Amino acid sequence: MNLDLLPLALADGFSYAGLLFLVALGLTLIFGVMGILNVAHGAMYAFGGYAAASLIQLLMSRGEVPSVVLVLALFAAAIVVGTLLGCLLEIGLLRRVQDKDPVLQLLVTFGAFLILDDVQLLIWGGSPYTASEVTGRLGTIELFGATFTAYQLIFIPVVALCAYGLLQYFLRHTRVGRQVVAVTHNAEVATALGIHAKRIRLVTFIVGAILGALGGALSVPSTSLVPGVGTDMIVLSFSVVATAGLGQITGALIAALMIGMARSLAVYTFPEFEVVVPYLIMVLVLLIRPYGLFTVAQARKI
Amino acid sequence: MSKKAPFKVLCSWAAVVVLSACPSLVWAQTGKPATLPLGITTFLTGSASVFGIPGKAAAELWIEEFNAKGGIDGVKLSPRFIDEGLGGDKFLSEYRRVAQDAGEKVMVSAISSGNCNTVAPVAEDLKVLNVMWDCGTEKILEDRRYKYVVRTQANAVTEMVSTVVYLLKTKPDFKTIAVINQDYAWGRDSWEIFRNALLSLKPDTKIVAELFPKFGAVDFSTEITRLQALKPDVILSTSWGGDLDTFARQASQRGLTKQSLLVLPLAESSLERLGTALPDGVIVGARGDHYFLHPETKNDPKHKEFVEKFRAKTGAYPIYPVYHMVAALEGITAGYQSAIKKNNGQWPTTDQVAAEMHNLKFRGLTRPVQMREDGQGLEDQLLGVTKKVSEYPFPVLDKIMIVPASAVTPPIGEKSPEWVKKLKPDLLNNDQFKTFDYGG
Repeated sequence: MNLDLLPLALADGFSYAGLLFLVALGLTLIFGVMGILNVAHGAMYAFGGYAAASLIQLLMSRGEVPSVVLVLALFAAAIVVGTLLGCLLEIGLLRRVQDKDPVLQLLVTFGAFLILDDVQLLIWGGSPYTASEVTGRLGTIELFGATFTAYQLIFIPVVALCAYGLLQYFLRHTRVGRQVVAVTHNAEVATALGIHAKRIRLVTFIVGAILGALGGALSVPSTSLVPGVGTDMIVLSFSVVATAGLGQITGALIAALMIGMARSLAVYTFPEFEVVVPYLIMVLVLLIRPYGLFTVAQARKI
Repeated sequence: MSKKAPFKVLCSWAAVVVLSACPSLVWAQTGKPATLPLGITTFLTGSASVFGIPGKAAAELWIEEFNAKGGIDGVKLSPRFIDEGLGGDKFLSEYRRVAQDAGEKVMVSAISSGNCNTVAPVAEDLKVLNVMWDCGTEKILEDRRYKYVVRTQANAVTEMVSTVVYLLKTKPDFKTIAVINQDYAWGRDSWEIFRNALLSLKPDTKIVAELFPKFGAVDFSTEITRLQALKPDVILSTSWGGDLDTFARQASQRGLTKQSLLVLPLAESSLERLGTALPDGVIVGARGDHYFLHPETKNDPKHKEFVEKFRAKTGAYPIYPVYHMVAALEGITAGYQSAIKKNNGQWPTTDQVAAEMHNLKFRGLTRPVQMREDGQGLEDQLLGVTKKVSEYPFPVLDKIMIVPASAVTPPIGEKSPEWVKKLKPDLLNNDQFKTFDYGG
């Protein structure tokens, strides 16, 4: 590979990592607090994406819409989908298996994922969905002799970093956030101290679900959603979370960047390896550090 | 025991003797069935349902009308749909369930080349007529002679060689090409054929990148950046469905389409969905001469009426799998009718129909298809370049060329990989390549 191309590959990896991080962030947050590996997170991604695409198509069909409204529509769709599905899953399912074997919990979320996958097919059918209008409105940027869309190169990474910053602020400096941290440490003690652990779990799950849905919603302006899109994302974001160490937020950020960059470097050098690169990294990391890169032994998970 | 019993026994003995003496009476299906079941396999789930669901709608629409007009000599068709998205063993057992049902039936299978590979030998074993209606792999009919398996449409070689011809006719002076195909059998095989045909017809072409992102990829940003850095004159992609939509949209958003000529042999099926995302001047193919604005048949009442009814039923213009489905059904019914004629008006056996299907000319909605002895249909190929017009909210095809299948299909008995390498540049001087401008 020509060294001139390195900055291009890194720019690609950066924008790819943004989306990946958003989804992984939700997954790792839910694991950190609830101890559940939520496979249904992939469905949040897909539903968020489809809902955002439908909403934008609806808005566009009503004539001229300002760009700000379209961008806000992406977030609105994610918040609505995340809240609804999050409540449904947490109250309807996860609360009931809270004290059961983790394997059972995993199977329950897996079952929910399969059901939601079919519900999605029922609602939106098999045709590809998209909402590329937003990307077009934000224009393009010339960088190192190549053209990038501002949406992918700047908007998505900025949103991802904002989400990271806001979440850190929420956990450290707000009342509810500190309660989340307390429940993460030890739910029983937290309850004894007067924290409503049930409610904290629900809040966490909804925030996680919104992050997953946001990943999907932000992907529609530049991609086409097809059935099965959630499966791919859950596998990939799991590799990010596992590389970082389950429950590690900053770790997920770094792992997403690593995987994003490595993947785009692979496209430039050994395109055949593009698909396996995230998993190669995961395997290598887990061989050396079985609990992930950033796990501190027995310390707080958030 | 009543008095009549000995007579009954005698009668049934007589019946058994008569039946076993002439087994042909039982097995020759001389009796017309009440209905003719069609086992139609199509993608109802998974990403290929972008083809499968319109294909199913086409079958329902066509069969309903055909039955209303009286069916084949009074025999109505009754379709049973099987989901190809089940894949592998599950798909095969569903296929067998229909194919091994008692009585006569015709299988219309499949979209996926992998599924065609699976069902062809099974149909041959069961002696059930199987019409491959949408799969592209040329290998099935080249590697083995089938009595009961035919294909009512072109194969990948016809499709790829005609694309090379069109490319060389529209842009003869390019130097470099890159490919970005889906990483599975079709993506790999179609590139193999395209590359060999291109290198035979224009040996000085330089291939600068061969990219095979994974099947179902949702982001091609990195590939597009790499292509922008390489600046090839031409970029080929035989992708389809969501993959093609995403690639075409991202390529156009990032200006790749301004820098390189895009060649998309399957994009006819994405035109309406992509809307204005596809710029003018992109080379688009249709896996056959399928196009709702086919320059020769757009005003033909049969074609025109079907397009209108299909739009009323589904809300979309018909795409190539719709045409392939109609072609298969027209082919089957034409095969039956022709076999009935040769059988002095009697209902034919499956063998007679299968033989007829190897030597038949029929017409779907566009140009007629000639079936060959090896079961391969000769279907002409339509290509064009995109052009935005005010009449439609998506680009139409301009500078259409229809390439006759006979010029770009290996003759019977020839193996494609060798045949493609023997192509000579004077193929391009064929005067049967008809061209049409939009609106002309």
